[in-house]
Amino acid sequence: METVIQTEKLTKRFGAFIACNELSFTVSKGEIFGFLGANGAGKTTAMRMLCGLLVPSSGKASVAGFDVYTQTEKIKRSIGYMSQKFSLYDDLAVAENIRFYGGIYGMSRQDIRAKTTELLKELGLESEAKTLVRELPLGWKQKLAFSVSIVHDPEIVFLDEPTGGVDPVTRRQFWDLIYAAADKGVTVFVTTHYMDEAEYCNRVSIMVDGVIAALDSPANLKQQFAGASMEDVFYELARKAKRKGD
Amino acid sequence: MKELLIFIRKEFLHVFRDRKTLLMLFGLPIAQIVLFGFALSNEIKNSRIAVVDYSKDAVTQRMIEKIGNSPYFNIQRTLASADDIHSAFKKGNLKVAVIFPASFGDDLMHTGKATMQVIADASDPNQATTITNYLNQIVADFNGELAAGGGQPMQIVPSMTMMYNPELRGAPNFVPGVMALVLMLVCTMMTSVAIVREKELGTMEILLVSPFKPVYIIISKLAPNLLISVVNLCIILLLSDWFLDLRVKGSLLLLVTGSVLFILTCLSIGLLLSINAKTQQAAMMGSMMGMMLPTMLLTGFLFPIENMPLALQVLSNIVPSRWYFIIIKRVMLKGLGIGAVWQEMLILTGMCVLLFTISLKKFKIRLQ
Amino acid sequence: MKTLGFILEKEFRQLLRNRQLLRTLLLAPLIQLILLPMAADYSVKDISIAVVDNDHSTTSRRLIEKIVSSGYFRLKGYMDSYNKGLTMVEQDKADLALQIPIHFERDLVRDNKKQVFVAINAIEGTKANLGGAYLGSIVADFNEDIRLQWQVSNPAPMVSVASSNWYNQFLNYHLYMVPAILVTLVTAMVAMQSAFNIVQEKESGTIEQINVTPIRKHIFIIGKMAPYMTLGIVLFTMGLLVAWILYGIVPLGSLWVLYGSLVVYLFSMLGLGLLVATYSGTQQQAMSLCFFFINIFNMMSGVFTAVDSMPGWAQAIVNTFPPSHFIKIMRPVVLKGSGFGDIWPEILWMLGLGLALNLWAVLNYRKTS
Repeated sequence: METVIQTEKLTKRFGAFIACNELSFTVSKGEIFGFLGANGAGKTTAMRMLCGLLVPSSGKASVAGFDVYTQTEKIKRSIGYMSQKFSLYDDLAVAENIRFYGGIYGMSRQDIRAKTTELLKELGLESEAKTLVRELPLGWKQKLAFSVSIVHDPEIVFLDEPTGGVDPVTRRQFWDLIYAAADKGVTVFVTTHYMDEAEYCNRVSIMVDGVIAALDSPANLKQQFAGASMEDVFYELARKAKRKGD
Repeated sequence: MKELLIFIRKEFLHVFRDRKTLLMLFGLPIAQIVLFGFALSNEIKNSRIAVVDYSKDAVTQRMIEKIGNSPYFNIQRTLASADDIHSAFKKGNLKVAVIFPASFGDDLMHTGKATMQVIADASDPNQATTITNYLNQIVADFNGELAAGGGQPMQIVPSMTMMYNPELRGAPNFVPGVMALVLMLVCTMMTSVAIVREKELGTMEILLVSPFKPVYIIISKLAPNLLISVVNLCIILLLSDWFLDLRVKGSLLLLVTGSVLFILTCLSIGLLLSINAKTQQAAMMGSMMGMMLPTMLLTGFLFPIENMPLALQVLSNIVPSRWYFIIIKRVMLKGLGIGAVWQEMLILTGMCVLLFTISLKKFKIRLQ
Repeated sequence: MKTLGFILEKEFRQLLRNRQLLRTLLLAPLIQLILLPMAADYSVKDISIAVVDNDHSTTSRRLIEKIVSSGYFRLKGYMDSYNKGLTMVEQDKADLALQIPIHFERDLVRDNKKQVFVAINAIEGTKANLGGAYLGSIVADFNEDIRLQWQVSNPAPMVSVASSNWYNQFLNYHLYMVPAILVTLVTAMVAMQSAFNIVQEKESGTIEQINVTPIRKHIFIIGKMAPYMTLGIVLFTMGLLVAWILYGIVPLGSLWVLYGSLVVYLFSMLGLGLLVATYSGTQQQAMSLCFFFINIFNMMSGVFTAVDSMPGWAQAIVNTFPPSHFIKIMRPVVLKGSGFGDIWPEILWMLGLGLALNLWAVLNYRKTS
């Protein structure tokens, strides 16, 4: 299995505060990797380092084969990203957002056009091509944001709490999209609070107080911690946490 | 009452934690007073003047010397010919050129008359007029010297006293204007933007859902800006006293009362503006167009109101700062008492009460 | 490079779609340009004067008549005591009070000299200056008249002055104000809006998304600046048209020089907007900071008061304001036809300031993200 993300004792310090403490893990191609943890555990910091947004204090990491210290530009070209706030432009239309992000990642105009048609069909948004994003319901916005984040066919896509505030049906549909992407070979690195979503991942890591307290498939974790659900596993680990809140 | 205090406390924390906005709130008045008070002036000194002397005799020498000695002029250079004047003016450094035609001195002695030509760059008309006048005075002085032997008969001498501002400093005119402008800015713009910001963030809804009376919310929003404005007023008065020697000649109480009236009027305008604005940008633009521009133009401190076309003069009557400006000038600079400003105070009070009632009513409706 | 194209496309789309903003941005300057010059008339007319005539002689009456019919003054009252005249000045009912003392005519003939007293409200310096100057020259004129009349020969030679006003024959204040107002227009809109726009992206989170993409920071910045540069040029052009239609002002100098200077100027002001944006976390902060600068620029850059009248230290400070240099270009080019050879020092200043501001802004931007 090809490794797309590799970290070795990855650490980030903010003054005396150690946000991420010697994280070491690997992620394989096509995996759906869940990155869990309570608020303040250090998830977002870790993700930002992997995206090339934050320079680590020490340790090693490579994403899509590129070093996070010296090759951040190449990393940015190979990844997609979707933040908590969805970050689509409210005052641009659906098609215009797709065109913009496609263009930024260097896609040719033909490719963009083809991709746009394909995307709109997949999401069932053909009739909304010219609708301004701010007029879309939350669920559509979210799905659109995900699709836009992989419009340039990246190797890895990072999702930061993508399903916040959305009803369960839409969440299922969203995960269908994630599965579809993973099937095509895109590695999905997702952070989430929702423990039921943890069940959908191939492997899950749980961060507590800046360290990885557990890393395995959901099935193995449930066995290891004698929990009926991932929620129990999480509760078992997180309740000993000293840090609370981001 | 206790609930009101809780709200007010929260609002104060908002404002005082935002250091950058605080910089503007307190820094602007300070910077303006210091800069404008010292720097702005209507006096015209050291104007750069060029001389074209075709005659080059003792008389012209004497005249040039006189001009050079005057504090109003600074002889920049001597030009070879009058043709050079236009290009010198274009460069922008010269204000006025003086030409002595050939045989100036001879003409003067033989025919009793000689004409000196003055060419002024009238891009700034007032400057040109004033400079030309200064030159006229110097020439008149020179003529007096010429006639010294015979004694100038029947001289009417105007003795002029410049009142309230003998040194013609810019400060007495600008400081009251700056006071009005700054207070208005803070109260109107800051208030309206702050309220709309809460609307945008969604925290306004939370306040409205709480069991507290809506009027408390309003008062708490206005309170910090009221306090900041009063503090600003004190800072401005102190700075004017220390740095600009502008003391409050009249009653301080009267001045403060008038100021508080004005502040309250502006606060209610800010409230009104915040009702219709959907975004912070809109609130800011509204304040700028609706308040700042009219205040700058129609208060009367930058441009005299009586010069304006009738329509604008009438319009200026509804600008609160126009009345406040009169009150400050009369109380602070001329030292007059309530007898001289009661009309203006009444007008301000009327405006204040009217605007407050309207804005409170409208706000309450919106809240419902 | 191609990415720049996509960014520009997005930025322009967003700008043009914001109807409310567009309306304000285009209307507001127009209103300013119409209202401001109307109000901004510093020419001093109708100086109100209160006269106190204690002499009631032919001479004193003729002097008063001459003053009143000069057109510079408006007679507000005939008082019977100097104190009453002073009170009128106090109450802002008169700008000047003139007192002709008792025995004016008699003493003038007998002693060859006599004083008249003038009290001037000097709070507003220009008015006081000009009021005093006008009155002085009217009195001097009158002096000449009565000398001739009384046939007092004046054997002494006299120099007379022939004055002419260039570039503004009719001493029209609009010619002076409108070019400068054009500058203030463009300044406020461009600097504030560009700062706002960037801070808005910060607040909404889209800037984070941009940070993850391979867009270079300098490309992003250029993309942000371009629409506002365009806006500035459009506004300026509109302003020139209005100046022509409403006030009959046609630039004497070359339009190339004007627009070239405009671009350099906008470059510096956008740098300021960018700088403010890097120091602001919220729109409110951006607004406060912009306001701070723009207010000071408006008052001190020579729009309303001449920079030359300021003390040396103030002039040094003013030299760091880009608007003051652009105004030093606008007025000469529009009114006197100055060319590039005349104003190049100002362009150099603006270029230098622009580079400094933009550099500072870019360095700051890199640091904070």
